[in-house]
Amino acid sequence: MTETKSFVEIRHAQKSYGTLEVLKDISLNVERGQIVAIIGPSGSGKSTLLRAINDLDPLTGGEVWLDGVQVNKNLPHNQYEKHINQMRQDIGMVFQHFNLFPHLSVRDNVTMAPKLLKKISDKEADKLAEEQLDHVGMLERIDYYPAQLSGGQKQRVAIARALAMKPKLMLFDEATSALDPELVEEVNLVMKKLAQEHMTMIIVTHEMDFAASVCDRVLFMDKGVVVEEGPPEQVFKNPTQERTRNFLRKHLEGAK
Amino acid sequence: MGLDFSVIPPFYGTLLLGVLWTIAITAASALLSFFGGILLAVIALYAPAIIRLPVRFIAWLFMGTPLLLQLFLIYFGLVQIGIDLPAFVAGVIGLGFHFAVYNSELIQTAMLAVDKGQMEAARTLGLSRRQALVKVVVPQAVRDVLPPIGNNMIALLKDSALVSVIGVSELTLSAQRAIGQTYRAFEFYAAAAVLYYIINLGMEAVIRWFENRNRLYR
Ligand SMILES: Nc1ncnc2c1ncn2[C@@H]1O[C@H](COP(=O)(O)OP(=O)(O)O)[C@@H](O)[C@H]1O
Ligand SMILES: [Mg+2]
Repeated sequence: MTETKSFVEIRHAQKSYGTLEVLKDISLNVERGQIVAIIGPSGSGKSTLLRAINDLDPLTGGEVWLDGVQVNKNLPHNQYEKHINQMRQDIGMVFQHFNLFPHLSVRDNVTMAPKLLKKISDKEADKLAEEQLDHVGMLERIDYYPAQLSGGQKQRVAIARALAMKPKLMLFDEATSALDPELVEEVNLVMKKLAQEHMTMIIVTHEMDFAASVCDRVLFMDKGVVVEEGPPEQVFKNPTQERTRNFLRKHLEGAK
Repeated sequence: MGLDFSVIPPFYGTLLLGVLWTIAITAASALLSFFGGILLAVIALYAPAIIRLPVRFIAWLFMGTPLLLQLFLIYFGLVQIGIDLPAFVAGVIGLGFHFAVYNSELIQTAMLAVDKGQMEAARTLGLSRRQALVKVVVPQAVRDVLPPIGNNMIALLKDSALVSVIGVSELTLSAQRAIGQTYRAFEFYAAAAVLYYIINLGMEAVIRWFENRNRLYR
């Protein structure tokens, strides 16, 4: 077993669905406090890679490490379930379609998991909900239900829900893709705030401007491989690969 | 012999007791059918085959045979193998399981219809599959099928008359006893019908209260 050095390490990730190889030997290191954006055409494997990090879509080969612990450890089923549930508490995830719990109030969305898994008291839970919702600017809606919120508000609550577990790492899978354009900014602002607080984040996004403004590093993926990787200035302004240039050009045309 | 409703007042006590037993057996069976329905749905969808298949078989028996026969079997049949249940308990088990099977069909369909992202979001926070089912999937599925479950509960109330045949002194049997003494079948069956209808109205009010509590979530 090799020593891990980075905060997050993906080593030789490989994923197949039957004969379809979706991830082909992908390796990625993310340091503590770093923010990495993953861009690329639809179907290139971005979500699959992100969802492999918390084992929502288990890899068929390779390893994922977080803070010195292997996430996808090889353990007997029951032990593995315990282990992965523990690991997932440290890995927050935000989905394109929010996936808020519609039967729970905003407050209960935020506190359900901490109450259940960290055995905090009702009083501590209330304080936690207030803190986290204040952080994303949703405190006034604490007693609303998800159905009463706009898309941007839902996504901010979903971020608060993930943060309430005090994760070491946050994963965002196209967090603003399902939003009306005028609601994108409020979510981006929350993510920028997290960036200033040095949250380690891996962000799958279609928004090149946002990626350029908050990320330390950009990965361009296509057909299950990392085609190009580097600081945003380089990947966006001086891409070395033909496929990256094509993608960025098409994307610019699409945006017009 | 014309109709004479003045025969009823002397039997107010008998009929009232019948009403109370009907409410008791309906409430107990409804609770059993509700929680049993959830349990059966979770077993049908998630339990390993060694549990799932026998349970499915028993559920299929409850669904494919007459309730009356099930009541006879539970009350008179089980005695032969040493299980001597009080009539009330036998009635609750029969009615409760019978309707649990119907409820479980509804709940299963609703559980499958709960967005996959709900389970994913719960698992992502660190919940086990069981915790996610209990806290996220089942509550949503149950809320989605409250109206048809309510219909089943109304049917259960009406079918509770069947437990008169195993000697539970509920409303139908109480009416029959009064008829046995007075030979006034129309008056007492009509009185029982009115009383069933009133219980039914009360039950609908309870069901509506439950449904209204969930309005916000839509
Ligand atoms: N459950 C699955 N079964 C089969 N193929 C899948 C499954 N999930 C994803 N894929 C395939 O994997 C590829 C990558 O998908 P995905 O990671 O969602 O791409 P992206 O997020 O970059 O759009 C696609 O070709 C997709 O069709
Ligand atoms: Mg995707």
